[in-house]
Amino acid sequence: MSEKQKKASAYWKENVRYLFILLAIWFAVSYGAGILFKDTLNEIKVGGFELGFWFAQQGSIYVFVILIFVYVRLMNTLDKKYGYDE
Amino acid sequence: MDVQTWTYLLVGITFSLYIGIAIWSRAGSTNDFYVAGGGVSPLANGMATAADWMSAASFISMAGIISFAGYDGSVYLMGWTGGYVLLALLLAPYLRKFGKFTVPDFIGDRYYSKTARIVAVICALIVSFTYVAGQMRGVGVVFSRFLEVDINTGVIIGMVIVLFYAVLGGMKGITYTQVAQYCVLIFAFMVPAIFISIQMTGNPIPQLGMGSKLNDGSGIYLLDKLNGLSTELGFAEYTDGKKSTIDVFMITLALMVGTAGLPHVIVRFFTVKRVKDARKSAGLALLLIAILYTTAPAVSVFARTNMINTVSNQEYASMPQWFKNWETTGLLAFDDKNGDGKIQYVADASKNELTVDRDIMVLANPEIANLPAWVIALVAAGGLAAALSTAAGLLLVISASVSHDLIKKVFVPTISEKGELWAARGAATVAVVIAGYFGINPPGFVAAVVALAFGLAAASFFPAIVLGIFYKKMNKEGAIAGMVIGISLMLFYMLKFKFGIFDGGKEAVAALEKDWWFGISPEGFGSVAMIVNFIVSIVIMKFTPAPPEEVQEIVEDIRIPSGAGEAVSH
Repeated sequence: MSEKQKKASAYWKENVRYLFILLAIWFAVSYGAGILFKDTLNEIKVGGFELGFWFAQQGSIYVFVILIFVYVRLMNTLDKKYGYDE
Repeated sequence: MDVQTWTYLLVGITFSLYIGIAIWSRAGSTNDFYVAGGGVSPLANGMATAADWMSAASFISMAGIISFAGYDGSVYLMGWTGGYVLLALLLAPYLRKFGKFTVPDFIGDRYYSKTARIVAVICALIVSFTYVAGQMRGVGVVFSRFLEVDINTGVIIGMVIVLFYAVLGGMKGITYTQVAQYCVLIFAFMVPAIFISIQMTGNPIPQLGMGSKLNDGSGIYLLDKLNGLSTELGFAEYTDGKKSTIDVFMITLALMVGTAGLPHVIVRFFTVKRVKDARKSAGLALLLIAILYTTAPAVSVFARTNMINTVSNQEYASMPQWFKNWETTGLLAFDDKNGDGKIQYVADASKNELTVDRDIMVLANPEIANLPAWVIALVAAGGLAAALSTAAGLLLVISASVSHDLIKKVFVPTISEKGELWAARGAATVAVVIAGYFGINPPGFVAAVVALAFGLAAASFFPAIVLGIFYKKMNKEGAIAGMVIGISLMLFYMLKFKFGIFDGGKEAVAALEKDWWFGISPEGFGSVAMIVNFIVSIVIMKFTPAPPEEVQEIVEDIRIPSGAGEAVSH
């Protein structure tokens, strides 16, 4: 494998690792907190919200937005590290 | 000024704005027409994507659906936003790097096959046409209620406007009108929501107002109050819902994956300059969408509580003016079954006397809450902006599929750039006329199919694109088999359980519910079909030849963000 290819595959590996972590959070807030564990979380009340219901109709959406911006930052840094930014 | 005058004024101003923008941003080349010259800024693209995405369904119908479904409505909130995470992380940056004009372009080139391209074109056309017919209908409904013209006249006015700026400006015209339309629609959605939130809870932020105590001195939380009202009338608790957990899970998944696979959304990411702009504009798009999507469930709670309080057990004769207005449209109906002159609104169908079309909750909300006339007019302008922006985006996908993917890439490869541009304009015109026809004569199944369009996109495009990027060894045999089997399975399930084709038609559908596979509704079945698509693709791939060396090199190249350049046609 050439130097160029090695660099490319190292970059790709780090990228895929970020994806796994971010998608795990994505899954946890929506399918986890908002659907599978909703009933348990509904026992907890924050203000007028039952927590499971809040995650399903509000919280998961806030987390989604944050996740994409975290991804943008991580990838911009990664691009710089490997000299792929432009 | 009265509501009517305000509506004419606001709709007139916004429409002239759209036309002005279209004239200013005419398309001069196919590059302009398909991808707006490839130089759109991330913020402008984010706004355009948000307007493109938020259709009449998001603006008019969603809050209404949630206000009747309560917790079950969460599938739309999570499904239609969570898909952007998949889009940003798994698709947008790579498709931008790939640098072509359309989704079938990617499928055709990545899987080195005309068959794959044609399969993709057919899927794109099915999804886009069903969607656009619904938008035209939305335009007609808004016109007929607020401007008191006939629904058909409304549809035709909408057609002329869309035709004008889509045909003239292509993607370039559409992008900049969508930016304006985003501003109109978000303002129109937020103003009444903030008014009502202050009115009911004293909190100006609807997202917080929804979880606050009522303003009436009772010290009860709004959601507790609504849960109480719902159970009193025999409905499920608002924060609980009726659907099974597995069905909620599967519908959410199908909507998320379907969102990420919708061609008119994906194509927006071809319009920015660099890969990093594609990532950033996906984030901005979701942020701008989230403003509406986190407000909508609050509107649902306000509207539902207000409505029950206004009508439940009240004298029919004492109903306010808006009640009469909506009765004449047929979207609200009262039938005094027990003859006591009062409105009984209850879950039990044999005793219930009021039928409310879900679509009117957002449109009637400002009137129910007694807001000033200009706010009511603003909602009309916002509804039109939402419907027109989505319709234009879809029409572009249809015209590009025909002029670029079919005419240029399959039938007449020698066509000149100018010829292709005219073909694209011709295809857009034909598409507007067909969409308008369906808007005027809606086939009974449009509403049902729009929801299922996501299942179809999930079952066909998503696995083929993701595997194309993340699995270098994926070959054309695997991808084509996966798409064909995935979409066929979804179509079969839809025809069987949504239309009852094999069991005696629509009447039989309700009885078939107990036969649903694993208890999954047709709306959620796209998830299963998608999983089947993945499995079929990988199994077939194992037994067929690996893709050629140069294709594997393309895959390696799209994984690296630098050197994206302009979108090119060859």
